Amino acid sequence: MTLLGRLSWDSIPLHEPIVMVTAGVLFVVLLGTGATILFKGWLPYLWREWITSVDHKRIGVMYCLLALVMLIRGFADALMMRSHQAMAVGAGEGFLPPDHYDQIFSAHGTIMIFFVAMPFMIGLMNFAVPLQLGVRDVAFPTLNSVSFWLTATGVLLINTSLVVGEFARTGWLVYPPLSERAFSPGVGVDYYLWALQISGAGTLLGGINLVTTILKMRAPGMRYTRMPIFCWTALASNLLIVAAFPILTATLIMLTLDRYLGFHFFTNEAGGNQMLFVNLIWAWGHPEVYILVLPAFGIFSEIIATFSGKPLFGYRSMVLATLAICVLSFMVWLHHFFTMGAGADVNGVFGVMTMIIAVPTGVKVFNWLFTMYGGRLRFEVPMLWAVAFIPTFVVGGMTGVLLAVPPADFVLHNSVFLVAHFHNVIIGGVLFAAFAGYSYWFPKAFGFRLHDGWGKAAVVLWVSGFYLAFMPLYALGLMGMTRRLQHYDNPAWQPWLVAAWLGALLILGGIVSLAMQLYVSVRERRSLADGTGDPWDGRTLEWATRSPPPPWNFARLPQVEGRDALALMKRGEADETPEPLEPIEMPRNSAYGFVGAFFTYLTGFALVWHIWWLVVLGMLAGFATTLWIAWHQPGEQEIGVDELSALEPAA
Amino acid sequence: MSEQRGDRRLDHAPGGHKEGAARLSTYLAGLGLALLLTVASFALVGSGAVWAPAIPILLAVLAVAQMGVHLVFFLHITSGPENTNNTLALAFGVMIVVLTVGGTLWIMAHLDHNMMPVATMATP
Amino acid sequence: MSGEIADPRHEGDQGARSDPPGHGEGGPAPKQVTVAFGFWVFLLSDIIMFSGLFAAYAVLAPNTAGGPQGSELFELRLVFVETLCLLFSSFTCGVMSIMAVRQRAGATYLWGALTALLGLSFLAIELYELTHLVLEGAAPTRSAFLSALFTLVGAHGLHVAAGLVWLTVMMGQVATLGFTDAVERRLLCFGLYWHALDIIWVALFTVVYLYGVMG
Repeated sequence: MTLLGRLSWDSIPLHEPIVMVTAGVLFVVLLGTGATILFKGWLPYLWREWITSVDHKRIGVMYCLLALVMLIRGFADALMMRSHQAMAVGAGEGFLPPDHYDQIFSAHGTIMIFFVAMPFMIGLMNFAVPLQLGVRDVAFPTLNSVSFWLTATGVLLINTSLVVGEFARTGWLVYPPLSERAFSPGVGVDYYLWALQISGAGTLLGGINLVTTILKMRAPGMRYTRMPIFCWTALASNLLIVAAFPILTATLIMLTLDRYLGFHFFTNEAGGNQMLFVNLIWAWGHPEVYILVLPAFGIFSEIIATFSGKPLFGYRSMVLATLAICVLSFMVWLHHFFTMGAGADVNGVFGVMTMIIAVPTGVKVFNWLFTMYGGRLRFEVPMLWAVAFIPTFVVGGMTGVLLAVPPADFVLHNSVFLVAHFHNVIIGGVLFAAFAGYSYWFPKAFGFRLHDGWGKAAVVLWVSGFYLAFMPLYALGLMGMTRRLQHYDNPAWQPWLVAAWLGALLILGGIVSLAMQLYVSVRERRSLADGTGDPWDGRTLEWATRSPPPPWNFARLPQVEGRDALALMKRGEADETPEPLEPIEMPRNSAYGFVGAFFTYLTGFALVWHIWWLVVLGMLAGFATTLWIAWHQPGEQEIGVDELSALEPAA
Repeated sequence: MSEQRGDRRLDHAPGGHKEGAARLSTYLAGLGLALLLTVASFALVGSGAVWAPAIPILLAVLAVAQMGVHLVFFLHITSGPENTNNTLALAFGVMIVVLTVGGTLWIMAHLDHNMMPVATMATP
Repeated sequence: MSGEIADPRHEGDQGARSDPPGHGEGGPAPKQVTVAFGFWVFLLSDIIMFSGLFAAYAVLAPNTAGGPQGSELFELRLVFVETLCLLFSSFTCGVMSIMAVRQRAGATYLWGALTALLGLSFLAIELYELTHLVLEGAAPTRSAFLSALFTLVGAHGLHVAAGLVWLTVMMGQVATLGFTDAVERRLLCFGLYWHALDIIWVALFTVVYLYGVMG
């Protein structure tokens, strides 16, 4: 008992059929995948080309894959909640006991924000930003691999909670005092704390990496005023990561100390103040929203300009709006807790600041519209996502401004109106952008396009499913339904909830379409192949190299002569005198990220279960690995001119 | 880095020495100034020489001054063009710190003001 | 491309190619600049982490729950000695980095050892002070004020301890690898880290101790 801390056979929820069936399926899938990899002899390839890779493109792809897998997990939670709420009225009890239901809505929020939206956006930035800047990799390639594997560790830890132990029942932001030891004595909150702490460290390191890359590593001639808009939004987003995630770290440390060592930051007794937690977590939480949505704005800007065949309208105002949002996003966090008891002046100031942030966002919407105006529009799948995004996001933004009015918020706070609002901006803004970016850059990453028909089916199903699932929640919120209800007595709500459930089923169809799209595209990769490296008639530098790009991206760093560098080159106005090839240095692979993350996982698991010897062991092993790498840094390998010119077709 | 001396537009690493022969005198000057400010801070609390309500403000001024001394003399942050990125990053960081701490204090003070103060609620 | 209406070439057109490397415009910056800047950004994030702890301390400081207050606990003479230790270690660390740039191994060890010694003294005094508080019944579990105090001071102390481990490792690296580019970069980053810890301490002794004794 003491050897394994709190861990025992009772920790496995054998009495929960839903969990056990899921775990069984998961186990079979994992085992099958593992066996296939072993028997087909793919392991050396995976180890060499992916697991130990420090190539920003590979790491970006792995981030996106992680996000897609977790999207399925998070959506399964959502579908269960929607089905449950559609039937849990009056005498109907639904199929989820309260204890399980609470874990599901907590896990859904945590997973969707931290392990779907974040890795998807980070993955796309990782993939596209160095290419757009015209450089060979990010500033710190090995650190990039560490960041990814730390995120993967967090994912693994949170999924471990499905089978071993339990997850938090506190909502996705674990408000104390409910999350304190006195009221949540189990391991659920501890899983949450360590999974977030570990993946948060990865996110912070990734943020530092991309900020440094954008500010210090650009192709010759790539002045700030010539950077593609996606790079600008990535810069703003990563600055926000660097600024906001440390606050999350500090806040979670305090809650951890409360739970593990009996401190009194947020407890009910001995002077603790739970409102301090709410304040601090939202000082991170609001910028977090913009960390997600700024890159989404960047993706749509690139896509809309490309498929309109025009430079982006109002480049400067777009940059200014991005930077304004970056700063303003740190001045509005109180609007998440207007009802906590601050007076009219505090609420007023934060309400007004929140409304002000809608101004630069509105500027962006008009810029996109004017970019399309008079352009030669091509409605390829990425563009369809963008077109679906604009009205959806405007609706979400407007309900946000409505919620920013403190008196209105007093009525709508904690209702499903709020749930509808943030799904409106996160699905309509962030997730649509993720899918748009995925289908836009997929040909660049793999050399063939995604299947068109299934892509269009995904757009139609996702968009219609989204509206059917969430518009009823606006109505329900106005009718007084609060969020996170496991059971309700008002039969008038049920039709709306059934409609929302149907919407969730449509979204399920959208997810199936995405999976089918991937399957069909891989099968038909020959007919979908793109030999040009520029399937969309792109305007920025990622399309100037072949698809998939070589590990060094560009054999010669491109000379940037103006904004939309590739569009200029295509018009032949940039002078193209290919300079002779020079040998280049590329970083070598490193197993540090993977091995370090393995020990981090052991440490995190041991901390959750109070297995102290394993905590010490895991930390020592991690430290030893770090020492080893400090002396045996893989360094760089030189790629000679011969090899380059053999692989590189004439410019 | 002495060969890059003439190039004024070259970026400067934070904390890096501009010339190969970094000056001991800079560090000595920094040490002297920091010592002076530290001693002044501690002396201010002990003595009754200053009007008491002014002490907290004076202490804050001294602390900010000392942080400035550390930044300039130990971390070699200047306002030169080669330092633009470093200084801008620092300014961004300072802004976030001010917003976080200031905002938290304002919000939490307001809650204390409007609701039952937690401090008096607690029982020993 | 005939749909183009604006000509993007007119933006920021002057002299791209003649720019020296390192300002972004002339191509990627040299490694030393990139590494130091990345570390600088990391330090800023660390300082923001501390600002969260400072904010919590400032909010919770009055919440003593009937337990001891700062003015009853703090020993300013000890804090002054601690401050001097850290300040002088910042100076010796600066001298060490000068010696490292000049690639003088012996002098680097000497000033590195002095830095470590001063850092260790700081930690020893802090540890003495904190154990003393616990023995007096002012443990962090006593009140929210003490929780915040121990966390803030402890977080800084842990940073100093981590710095000492790092310094030891760096001395080992100088001894075994010599002054390679990588070692030089790491020493530069260590210097940044150590100076930043001193800056945080300035805020800490002012806000916690000096404001604390005034009650």
